[in-house]
Amino acid sequence: MCLAVPAKVLERGEFTAKVESLGNILEVGIMLTPDVEVGQYVYVHSGQAIQVVDATAAQESLALWKELTTNAGDS
Amino acid sequence: MPEILEAFQDAKLSRDLLTMVRKLAAAYREKHGRPMALMEVCGTHTMALARSGIREAVAGEVRLVSGPGCPVCVTSQDDIHRMQVLAAQREAIVCTFGDMMRVPGREGSLQDTRARGGDVRVIYNPVEAVAIAAANPNRPVVFFGIGFETTIPTVAAALVEAERQQITNFYLFTAFKLVTPVLHYLLTLGEVRLDGLLLPGHVSVILGEGDFTFLADQYRVPSVISGFLPVDMLGGIALLLQMGIRGEAQVKNAYPRVVRYEGNPTAKGLVSRYFVPADTKWRGIGIIPGSGLALKPQWEHRDCRYRWPHLWQLEEDTEIAGCRCGEILRGVITPHQCPRFATDCTPVDPVGPCMVSSEGTCAAYYQHLRLAGHREKG
Repeated sequence: MCLAVPAKVLERGEFTAKVESLGNILEVGIMLTPDVEVGQYVYVHSGQAIQVVDATAAQESLALWKELTTNAGDS
Repeated sequence: MPEILEAFQDAKLSRDLLTMVRKLAAAYREKHGRPMALMEVCGTHTMALARSGIREAVAGEVRLVSGPGCPVCVTSQDDIHRMQVLAAQREAIVCTFGDMMRVPGREGSLQDTRARGGDVRVIYNPVEAVAIAAANPNRPVVFFGIGFETTIPTVAAALVEAERQQITNFYLFTAFKLVTPVLHYLLTLGEVRLDGLLLPGHVSVILGEGDFTFLADQYRVPSVISGFLPVDMLGGIALLLQMGIRGEAQVKNAYPRVVRYEGNPTAKGLVSRYFVPADTKWRGIGIIPGSGLALKPQWEHRDCRYRWPHLWQLEEDTEIAGCRCGEILRGVITPHQCPRFATDCTPVDPVGPCMVSSEGTCAAYYQHLRLAGHREKG
């Protein structure tokens, strides 16, 4: 039940936004992410956008995993 | 999907991380003479670990213990019974999340209540219950509020919506559960050895890394906030093994693309506008102080407890006899150790909620690990 899916914000109003997730267009609440902007990615849970995706942080954690796999024997 | 999120689906990276997990797991076993025991707290992790094959791939190398993080499973039978009694009175419309419908009780499930004429409706988004209330102004509409910190703000959003639209016939039954009090409870109880915790990624989106630092400070348990893709989970397990080998206890955030140190302050603010901590009863555990939420007194016109107080005078302790979900939820046994698992308890005809819910440990094992029992027992 704590599933959340990524979705791209296509349009936004005051309390809701139109988003695209895995090819589906949905209307979701943005009361929990009031500063979200069109073009950003959000994670959607129970019909509400609960957080905006931080692309820089995503890059960094991906780099961490790649580094871990190359230093597997070092710890 | 942007490229950066797609990159987390890379199969080669998953395989490389699995190789590394195995290396680290061997190093841990060499140092401690036993596999590291890690609890995945969240039911979504339980299902994702089973579905992705990770649980089987690391069997015998890392001990993965499933925790109490399935909201349908931990809801007390008494609370389900209250909603059944309410729906059976035919006055109110009861709205609930889908999995809740099939949890069997002494007098059947909510689905059976509906079959007998009770108006029980399945919704996906709590705001839908407000729309149902708007469409049925002459009937009280009750949302059976279950879920953890991830879901609670979405229910708060429904309350905001009800106020905004001036809907007076929308009520809430707060059967919410909080993750940090149950972690305190399990770590203090010490019934199961836990060398590390894989923390729930989406609960952490709301709470933030900061709310979990007590795990290192107070209990010295290595903990990693993890996402739900194989790369996220394997990376998280690897970080836990590294800490275990080095004898470190820290809380690490391995899901920074959506988890911030402070969580989501807007969501937390909305939750504290409506709710205060309250004691609540967990299936198979009992009452854990401060592990639930109640509506604040100024919102009592939305509170099910004030409108139908007789529901709290019903006989308690309606839990299902012979179901071992309680021990499963505390991580004491695995489904293969329950004699009813996959014999007279199956997803089609479940005995308890752990077999019903799409996040239940028994359902995860039934779907993906039914034949793995002999390995585990050996």
